[in-house]
Amino acid sequence: MPALLANTELLRKLLVGFVRDEVRKVGVNKVVLGLSGGIDSALVAFIAAEALGPENVHAICMPYKTSNPESEAHARLVATACGINFSVIPITAMVDAYFEMFPDANNMRRGNKMARERMTILFDHSALLGALVLGTSNKTELLLGYGTLYGDMASALNPIGDIYKSQVWQLSAEMGVPTEVIEKQPSADLWAGQTDEEELGFTYRQADELLYRMVDQRWTKPELIAAGFDTEFVAAIHSKIQNSHFKRRLPVIAKVSNRTIDRDFRYARDWGK
Amino acid sequence: MDFTAVLAQIKPKLGCIADNLAVIEREIVKAREAGADLVVFPELALSGYFLKDLVPDVALRIDSPEIFRLVELSKGISIAIGFVEETDDYHFFNSALYLEDGAIRHLHRKVYLPTYGLFDEQRYLAHGESFRAFDTKFGRFGLLICEDMWHLSASYILAMDGATTLICLSSSPARGIEGDALGSASAWQKLTSTTALFLNCRVLYSNRVGFEDGVNFWGGSEYVAPSGESVVRGALLEEDFVTARVDEGALRRERIFSPMMRDENLFVTMQELGRIALERGR
Repeated sequence: MPALLANTELLRKLLVGFVRDEVRKVGVNKVVLGLSGGIDSALVAFIAAEALGPENVHAICMPYKTSNPESEAHARLVATACGINFSVIPITAMVDAYFEMFPDANNMRRGNKMARERMTILFDHSALLGALVLGTSNKTELLLGYGTLYGDMASALNPIGDIYKSQVWQLSAEMGVPTEVIEKQPSADLWAGQTDEEELGFTYRQADELLYRMVDQRWTKPELIAAGFDTEFVAAIHSKIQNSHFKRRLPVIAKVSNRTIDRDFRYARDWGK
Repeated sequence: MDFTAVLAQIKPKLGCIADNLAVIEREIVKAREAGADLVVFPELALSGYFLKDLVPDVALRIDSPEIFRLVELSKGISIAIGFVEETDDYHFFNSALYLEDGAIRHLHRKVYLPTYGLFDEQRYLAHGESFRAFDTKFGRFGLLICEDMWHLSASYILAMDGATTLICLSSSPARGIEGDALGSASAWQKLTSTTALFLNCRVLYSNRVGFEDGVNFWGGSEYVAPSGESVVRGALLEEDFVTARVDEGALRRERIFSPMMRDENLFVTMQELGRIALERGR
């Protein structure tokens, strides 16, 4: 099965242009993003630095006490490599203060809380710096629902939400993201030793090859199976997409008027821009 | 006759008629000062593309001051431009005007409104019902708006109506990053080249740039000679001012080398299409 490929030169031009145009048209010249030490936020930092100049990009690393120290080191490495502003704001105090009230909370609740704590810090810095928050969720995560709603999924603009993890790897290499960051195991780093692929039960490359055909090319289930994809894997990915769809939509509004927001009151967000 | 056309590859602001008109006027003056005879703007150059519920707010009547201003400007240079047209019976069309010597030479209303994938035009707009060639100072022209050109019959009708120059106004979104070139750009380049080649016509293609809600319009405006060869092509993804020197001799020579349009059998085509229409009705 051929690997999912992207024309990285073209993709780089499109994504850099996207950040430059969509940020500046709202009368802003700065962006802020969370830098985890992982590849997705590293790539977004490189794209933003090229689009707006590194002096206009503010990266914040927000570790929790259980975060792998290597993550912060990698975040710092990325910030240095692309020359952007960098600060560290630990979230341990806020998260622990909350869970003192709920000591039995499981990993999922704790992970979601951490993601949402980081979101509030980024949006507070958005106001502080006059900067838009850049999202760092890729298409694979968004389709699988592998992210926290109103947490890491929250942003003003997302440059990489239409490219798969496999393409994130390719573009990162093209743009000069440090090799250590490209080559390490993807991890949400919510607890020690966590890796995405172990938690998901399949590799990103396997998922991407299937998602690309299923979503982008609209292959039917029989076509996917005939091409060699495992029947259960196809069903599992399909149900992940379906069950996480609520995360990709605005909250559902009860319709009572003639013009309901987003149903029959329809405007582009770039209205007047 | 030989003439010089400018393809004004601009970046309209969504829903901002006054701002866009200012940019358009500036480009018209620039083209005139550069000695051009014709300036071609993209589809919906006055309003932007993903208008949705803004359609009635940005629509202009043919007798509006904005259109009158453009008609006035056409005393110095011919102009082809796209906008949302509002009619007396309050229908809204994705329209294009050809203006020359202070008069409206032709109005084309987009016939094929794409309503699939990322497009939603039929929800907001009424569709046009004709393709007509018209005479200009530079020969007989035909106007097409973006999706119109993807229907073979549209270009065919215009060519059979005597058009030797097809002007296509476009707002084509960039998509397809897997190949050597941008997917939508290579598809369009095949289309304009093949259309020119089949119909022994020139194609002047004007496509916008800029982003609307994350969708990037790719530009690449071009002049394709009747041989199908791309003579000049604008920048990809960036604003541009593309100057095309259109050579009458090239059209004449191509029509001598490949007289397909001369030999095209209108009678056979009409007979067979008539039969198909009857049989479909059964």
